[in-house]
Amino acid sequence: MEKTNAIQLKNISKEYDGVKVLDHINLNIRKNEFLTLLGPSGCGKTTTLRIIGGFEQPEEGNIIFEGKDITEVPPYNRQINTVFQKYALFPHMNIFDNIAFGLKIKKMPKDEIKLKVKEMLRLVNLQGFENRSIASLSGGQQQRVAIARALVNEPKVLLLDEPLGALDLKLRKDMQIELKNMQKRVGITFIYVTHDQEEALTMSDTIVVMDGGVIQQVGTPVDIYNEPKNVFVAEFIGESNIIDGIMHDDYLVEFAGKVFDCVDKGFERMEKVDVVIRPEDLEITSVGNGMLTGVVTSVIFKGVHYEMMVKSNDMEWMIHSTIMKPVGTKIGMKVIPDNIHIMKKVMDQ
Amino acid sequence: MKMKWTSYPYILWMIIFIVVPLTLILLFSLTVGEEGGIGNLQFTLDNFKRFLDPKYIDVLWISISLALKSTAITLLLGYPMAMIIAGEKPSKRNLMILLFVIPMWMNFLLRTYAWLTLLGKNGFINYILTKLGFAPLNLIYNDRAVLLGMVYNFLPFMVLPIYSVLVKIDNSLIEAAEDLGANKLKVFSRVVFPLSIPGIITGITMVFMPAVSTFVISRLLGGGQYMLIGNLVEQQFLWVGDWHFGSAISIIMMIFILITMAITAKFDTEKEGGGGLW
Repeated sequence: MEKTNAIQLKNISKEYDGVKVLDHINLNIRKNEFLTLLGPSGCGKTTTLRIIGGFEQPEEGNIIFEGKDITEVPPYNRQINTVFQKYALFPHMNIFDNIAFGLKIKKMPKDEIKLKVKEMLRLVNLQGFENRSIASLSGGQQQRVAIARALVNEPKVLLLDEPLGALDLKLRKDMQIELKNMQKRVGITFIYVTHDQEEALTMSDTIVVMDGGVIQQVGTPVDIYNEPKNVFVAEFIGESNIIDGIMHDDYLVEFAGKVFDCVDKGFERMEKVDVVIRPEDLEITSVGNGMLTGVVTSVIFKGVHYEMMVKSNDMEWMIHSTIMKPVGTKIGMKVIPDNIHIMKKVMDQ
Repeated sequence: MKMKWTSYPYILWMIIFIVVPLTLILLFSLTVGEEGGIGNLQFTLDNFKRFLDPKYIDVLWISISLALKSTAITLLLGYPMAMIIAGEKPSKRNLMILLFVIPMWMNFLLRTYAWLTLLGKNGFINYILTKLGFAPLNLIYNDRAVLLGMVYNFLPFMVLPIYSVLVKIDNSLIEAAEDLGANKLKVFSRVVFPLSIPGIITGITMVFMPAVSTFVISRLLGGGQYMLIGNLVEQQFLWVGDWHFGSAISIIMMIFILITMAITAKFDTEKEGGGGLW
């Protein structure tokens, strides 16, 4: 196991002015994976990244890098490089000198530096940009220079702190795919920080959902989306209907006044649970053919689908469907057992 | 380009207080005539030729070398100071800057006079020394006293521009350099220092110019016989009454300042924006 881990965080805690921002974080980051730290602002994801980079010291806990404790090692002695949020390119140097910065510090021969920088510029699609100034580049190009500047040092791990945040939607989507491809090509570990759940789902091998300085769930994008562990994860990743339910027995759950078949087990009898149903998993049927009936109260066109709110007894359901039912229509709703997700109730919520 | 009428007062101001005096100085420097008048002026280069006398060239040389020395000392003292202040937390930073600026609220003459009572033959320092049983030192009326006065008076003009550039350097640039393998020393030499050059240029300009033309500091701390180029100009205008020669010296001094500024600007690698006068 030890050998496949690039980085292990053991019991990491961090405080700022008495406020706990990281609370005993434990995390194994495997070699060559694309791992994303996902969460709302202030959840501790950037602090975690900065601790891995060596820019912050944890009050408690250890960082293990390839089996060695690097908690006390300063950033300039870590085989880890960072792509910063605002790129942090050196404004007094041209593109070549920016990318060559790390290599020059290592006193690599000049010819070799030239070759490596050229290779990097090809990798990020900026051939011939050596002598351009930073100010003459667009945001997307600056981003790619920042990535080249980090990757040219051949780090074992690349840290990326919301690197696409400043780019427009189209460019961001392109860069997401480009980054993912780049990670596969260079074959190193990427640790990526973002608050954009869609970005996380698109790029990651593993997603770490964080909130309040605590890891909420670790898993593949499919796991996280389909089997959220708690209300926070369910609400943060995608849209969802979250309702109170009671487990009658294994594979039997009661909510909205009815008992439904489901695929979850292992709860106590009559245990109170949270039930998550994704809006796209609710099917519209004719009245009487569904498990629930309700009246459409609002319709919003979202491009690929319509988002409809449906009132059923005292509950409001969100449905995503390509079929539009006008406001006031009485409809039936159906959900297959596979799409009913049961989560343990968190006591303090 | 059409000028807006709102700019007229400023243009008038500039004509009255800048263009006219400079033109007059230039005119006086190139002519000889009656004292203080502008009638019967005869054009000549004699005023400039007169300055070539070794005793005047000497004064120019001493002035420039003293100004260069004080600029160098303020830079060596001021840069680390600016770095220390810029490295503090914002609240402490502002307090330190305030402490730095408070002496500047006092009159320049008063501040310089204060040094007289500190350095004088019967001044505070010598009083302490004699009380401790040492022989009193000759602290005043020499080059070192003038230099001290210059450094003391002009230090804030070096610290403040460097500080304001340092404080604006994005911390992520420093972190990026560390991330790429640079230790503290390399971070300074490759990132912080190059980025602070515009502040250094401004600081040098703001110290060198008043230092080379000062006559108050040299008069008070150098004594009545002490002659810098500023004193020479003052003497020609106020005591000798030769406005023509005084003007010529002023023009020569201006040319020297312009040359020095042009040289310092050459070191400013950042072409865009520019921090100095050029």
